[in-house]
Amino acid sequence: MTTSHVTADVPAQRGTDGETPVLEVRDLHVEFKTREGIVKAVNGVNYSVKAGETLAVLGESGSGKSVTAQAIMGILDSPPGRVAKGEILFKGQDILQLPEAERRKLRGPKMAMIFQDALSALNPVFSVGNQLGEMFRVHQGMSKKDAKAKAIELMDRVKIPAARSRVGDYPHQFSGGMRQRIMIAMALALEPDLIIADEPTTALDVTVQAQVMDLLAELQAEYHMGLILITHDLGVVADVADKIAVMYAGRIVEQAPVHELYKRPAHPYTRGLLDSIPRLDQKGQELYAIKGLPPNLLKPPTGCAFSPRCPKAQDICRTELPPLVPVSEQDGTELVGRVSACHFWKEQIHG
Amino acid sequence: MGRYVIRRLGQMIVVLFGATVVLFCTLFILPGDPVGSLGGDKARDPAVVAELRERYGLNDPLPVQYGNFVKNLAQGDLGEDFTQRRPVTEILQPKLVNTAKLAIAAIIIDIVIGVLAGLIAALFRYSFWDVLITLLTTFAVGFPSFVIGMVLQKFFVVDLGLFPLISDGTLNSMILPAFTLAILDAALVARLMRGTMLEVLRADYVKTAVAKGLPRRTVLLKHVMRNSIIPVVTYLGISFGTLLGGALITEAIFNWDGIGLALVQAVQQQNNPIIIGVVTFGVAVFVLLNLIVDLLYAVLDPRIRLA
Repeated sequence: MTTSHVTADVPAQRGTDGETPVLEVRDLHVEFKTREGIVKAVNGVNYSVKAGETLAVLGESGSGKSVTAQAIMGILDSPPGRVAKGEILFKGQDILQLPEAERRKLRGPKMAMIFQDALSALNPVFSVGNQLGEMFRVHQGMSKKDAKAKAIELMDRVKIPAARSRVGDYPHQFSGGMRQRIMIAMALALEPDLIIADEPTTALDVTVQAQVMDLLAELQAEYHMGLILITHDLGVVADVADKIAVMYAGRIVEQAPVHELYKRPAHPYTRGLLDSIPRLDQKGQELYAIKGLPPNLLKPPTGCAFSPRCPKAQDICRTELPPLVPVSEQDGTELVGRVSACHFWKEQIHG
Repeated sequence: MGRYVIRRLGQMIVVLFGATVVLFCTLFILPGDPVGSLGGDKARDPAVVAELRERYGLNDPLPVQYGNFVKNLAQGDLGEDFTQRRPVTEILQPKLVNTAKLAIAAIIIDIVIGVLAGLIAALFRYSFWDVLITLLTTFAVGFPSFVIGMVLQKFFVVDLGLFPLISDGTLNSMILPAFTLAILDAALVARLMRGTMLEVLRADYVKTAVAKGLPRRTVLLKHVMRNSIIPVVTYLGISFGTLLGGALITEAIFNWDGIGLALVQAVQQQNNPIIIGVVTFGVAVFVLLNLIVDLLYAVLDPRIRLA
């Protein structure tokens, strides 16, 4: 299993195998200037992904998971958004220091993004072949004819039936699942080292979700890419992710290898998320929900941002921000790759 | 597609029928005798008047007159006018060319100024240029064209002497009327362009285009422009149809020898064949342009299906 672990202000982290992560985010802060004031959407996020590894970033809408992804890709709406602080290391190099022209060349060949709603994320007036081929034409200077052949190849790759005859079709002529496959094909076109998938299955039928997820996982394994999977669907995560980072109000509140997180969450928020998954053996009972609403990021609560909604909150939670600390067994042995930002993580994990 | 065009052309005939019937009835109701007033203030020999009325079929009941008109129209004949006694088509043809010249010039100005101004306003939103463009377009929309035309005349013709006062059909004399005609549409196009472009800039697919690593130029000129231009093309197409029907006020101010001016004069002289000719042509062109715009719309936006 993975060994990279993340804490609030631990600098460079290397896996024990000495491999540099494909991507490492360090103490990332992102702000948005609005009329009402500065919204601090991301407040010191740290995570890393290695080649072939899948990191799932979990959180409610507004928790900052997509904003972090956009900051990595360099596609924040700016203004109003800006990276206030932090580093984004791509293969060890801080890409925030790069000029925009260099940054642009990373997008596509080195890192790519899959968006949630393929219907709105694909340009309605260009054929899918055109939009797929654009990757090769722009980044590799390929001729139109060759790019089209490549587009067909890609469509075959993501298992779109009759690719050759459909390459000239427009996005609206495809079904939701097929459209998302085209998005995936576009992201994979230049075989990047890192893929960020922002809720890739949220807009799809449940029946298609699994297919698309399987395809993504299969291609990721084949190309040995790092994958950041942003989602709020715990069901999607369990099968494909290696590790999970749970975000709340712009911070990572817990990170753990996937199965350990399901077994023994070390943060009450994670517990709440797990408890809200509908379960067959609880049929007939009221579904659990975390009470209250996500905090207003214009004026986040003092102390732990989750404290107003936390069933176990104490006085200290409302005054002091809990640091992200390594989690250990009761006997003190370190749980590799696990961190939690709860004052009472011990009580949470060990009961 | 073929079926669609045929159906639309069928609808066009219905529209033409309706428009000409209304026109005929209106002209019939109007007071005054077109033939009797031909001589101006002088009284005319009743025998001449009677002969002229007979010659133009004005003694026939209205439905018969209309029937004859339709029969002739089907052969491309719009009849003979009252003042020069020449075929209406022959009179209108050169005027039509003049009007078309003016319309094309105006549309080119609309495209260049309107699209460019809208583009700048959208890309540099809330900047000095955006505010300036918003202000100017508000003025342009607010002023009636005869005011704009006369102000232009005062400055560029009377004060600066850059252009001739009376148009002679040369390119130089076309500039002022073309601008007068174009200003309103250019302003509307600029606003339309700004609005759609701001909307398109926020679209998810633009973010995708950036995430694909496309250069900013490609993102803007390909992905943004192609989507922003669709409503502008639609608007300009229909506007072109209106312009081809003749610009009454502008042509009158600059004495531009087009069908708009011809219509104004014909109305003053009760020269019914010319009125009918110009209006029929205007309606036909407008309807036809509408059809072309709809077809173009389907070409530009593959999501539109014609049925």
